[in-house]
Amino acid sequence: MFLAAEHFVQSPEWLWYILFYFFFAGIAGGAYLVGTLLRLSGDARDEPAARIAFLVSLPATVICPILLTADLGASWWKFWHMLVNVTPGDTGLNFKYWSPMSVGAWALLVFGLFVAVSALDAWLGGRRGSGIIPTHVNRAFNIVGSILAIYIASYTGVLLSVSNQPIWSDTWVLGGLFLASGLTGSAALIALVIRNRPEASVSLGRLHQADGYFSVLELALIIAFFITVAAAGTLGRVLPWLPLWAIAVAGVAGSLIEARGHMRVQSAGSSGAAAGARLDTLVVPLLVLLGVLALRAAVIFSAQ
Amino acid sequence: MATIQAGQEYGFFTDTSICIGCKACEVACKEWNQLQGDSPSFLADSFDNTGKLDAQNWRHVKFIEHVPDQSATTGNGAAWLMMSDVCKHCKHASCMEVCPTGAIIRTEFNTVFIQQDVCNGCRNCIAACPYGVIGMNQETGTAHKCTLCYDRLQGGLEPACAKACPTQSIQFGPLAELQKAADVRLAALHSQGASQAQLYGRDDKVYGGLNAFFLLMDKPETYGLPNEENAKLPSRNNIGGYAGAAVTAVLGVIAGLVAFRRRGMG
Repeated sequence: MFLAAEHFVQSPEWLWYILFYFFFAGIAGGAYLVGTLLRLSGDARDEPAARIAFLVSLPATVICPILLTADLGASWWKFWHMLVNVTPGDTGLNFKYWSPMSVGAWALLVFGLFVAVSALDAWLGGRRGSGIIPTHVNRAFNIVGSILAIYIASYTGVLLSVSNQPIWSDTWVLGGLFLASGLTGSAALIALVIRNRPEASVSLGRLHQADGYFSVLELALIIAFFITVAAAGTLGRVLPWLPLWAIAVAGVAGSLIEARGHMRVQSAGSSGAAAGARLDTLVVPLLVLLGVLALRAAVIFSAQ
Repeated sequence: MATIQAGQEYGFFTDTSICIGCKACEVACKEWNQLQGDSPSFLADSFDNTGKLDAQNWRHVKFIEHVPDQSATTGNGAAWLMMSDVCKHCKHASCMEVCPTGAIIRTEFNTVFIQQDVCNGCRNCIAACPYGVIGMNQETGTAHKCTLCYDRLQGGLEPACAKACPTQSIQFGPLAELQKAADVRLAALHSQGASQAQLYGRDDKVYGGLNAFFLLMDKPETYGLPNEENAKLPSRNNIGGYAGAAVTAVLGVIAGLVAFRRRGMG
C-alpha cells in the first residue's frame, strides 16, 4: 500500500558506498542473466560472449560485499551479524523474509557462489574450449543462478521502498527500475568488453538489440516512477536532481539509437556489416553505464 | 510508584498541554545516559536549540511556535506548542521489523531496545523509523535511541526524564495505568472547552499502540507525527516492490530471449 506522502523521518545517509553497491549489484546480476540468456537462446557462436558475461559478473559481485562492509563504518567488523544473530540467548542464523536487507545478504552470499563457479567454468572454457560442467547441468545451474541474479539486481530498489522515506516508499517502481537499468548497463558493459574480443564480436549486434529492449523497459519504468511519485505528492524532492535523470535518459536514448542501428544492419544482411562496425562506438556504452549510475544517484539522493 | 517488575508493560504518557519547554528532560537524559550532545548550533528562529532526536539527543523538546504577528487578546492567544519528543516504543515497531541483525529487541518491560553489541550500523532502522527517532553514532558505528532507561528499570528506578520533569508532563508507569490517567486528563480538557485536545498512540490505531504516547493540543502532523492514515509499517511495500520487479524480470527475460534467439530462427 502506497500512501499519500507524509514523512517525518531522518535520512539513513546511505551515500557513496551504497550508490556504488547498487551500481555493481545491478551490473553483476544483469551480466549473469545476460550470460544465461545468451547461452539459452543463442547458438554456439554466442558462447564466447556468454563466457565474457559471466566473467564480467565476477568482479562486479566481488566488490559488492566490500562496499557494503565499508559502509558500516566503525562497525565494519560486525558485517557477519547480517547472517548470524549474536543476541545472548537467541543466537542462530538471521533470516527475515519480510526484510529485503536480510534476504539480500543471504542472496548475495549464495549468488557469489554461483558467480564464482560460472566464472571459473567460463574461464576454463575459454582456455580449453569446454568448461568443467556438463552442458545440461551448466544450463540448469545458470537458470538457478539467474533467479538469484534477478534478485540481486532488483532487491536494492525494493529495499529502498520498504522504508518510510520520501520518494523511496512512495513508489512500487524501484525494484523493476533497478533491474531494467542493471540489464541495460550490463549489456552495454559486455558489448564494451567484446569490442576487444574478436571471437565474441558475432554477438555484438544482438547484445545491442537486447540493450535496446531493456532500455525500452527502463524508460517505461522511469515514466512510471515520475507518475507514482507525483501521485504521492513528493515530486518536488525529485526536481533538484533532474540533471541526473537527464543523464539516465540520455543513456537510454543512446542505447535505443544504437539498437535501432544494429537492427537495421541485421535486416540488411551481411552487406550491412561495415555499417554495423561503425555503430560500435565507445561513447554509447559509456553513456549507458553513466546513466545507470546517475539513475541510482538520483533515486538515492532525492530522499536524503 | 509501585515496584517496577519485569513482565509488565511500561511506558511514558507525555501530556503536551502542561509542557513548559524547560528541557529538564533533555538534560536529565543526557546526564544519565552520558550523552555528550551535538555541537551547539544556532537555529535562528526558534527556542529549540536541539533540533531533532538523534544519537546524542534521546529526548527533544519540540517548539512549534505559532505566534501571531499581532498581540492576541488575553486568554485567546495562539499559544506555542511544546512537546517533549522521544522514541515511541511502538508495539509494531518499524525499526524492529526491518533490522536484519536482530539487534533491536523488545525487553521484559515491553520497550524497544537496540543492543549495541549486536547492531552493525546498517542504518536500515533509521530509514524505517517514521518518527525520525534513531540516529547513528559515528564513533561506535551503531544506531542509538532512547532505551526508556532500560538500565534504570532493571534497577527499579523510573526513567531519568520522567523523574526530572517538573510539571509531570512526562509520566512514567505501567501502561494500563498511564492510559487510564490519559483518559481522565483528556476528559478534563474537553470539559474545559479544549476540544482540540487528543490522544496519540493511546489505542492501537498507530503502530498497534505506542508505549510512549501523547496528549496533543493540535493534530498529529503539527507535531511532526504521522496520522493514523499514514502510520504504516515499511513491509506494506514488499508486495508492490517485488511484484514490480517480477513483472520487469519476466519482460526482461523475454526481451533477452527474443534478442538472442538462434540465428536460424531470426
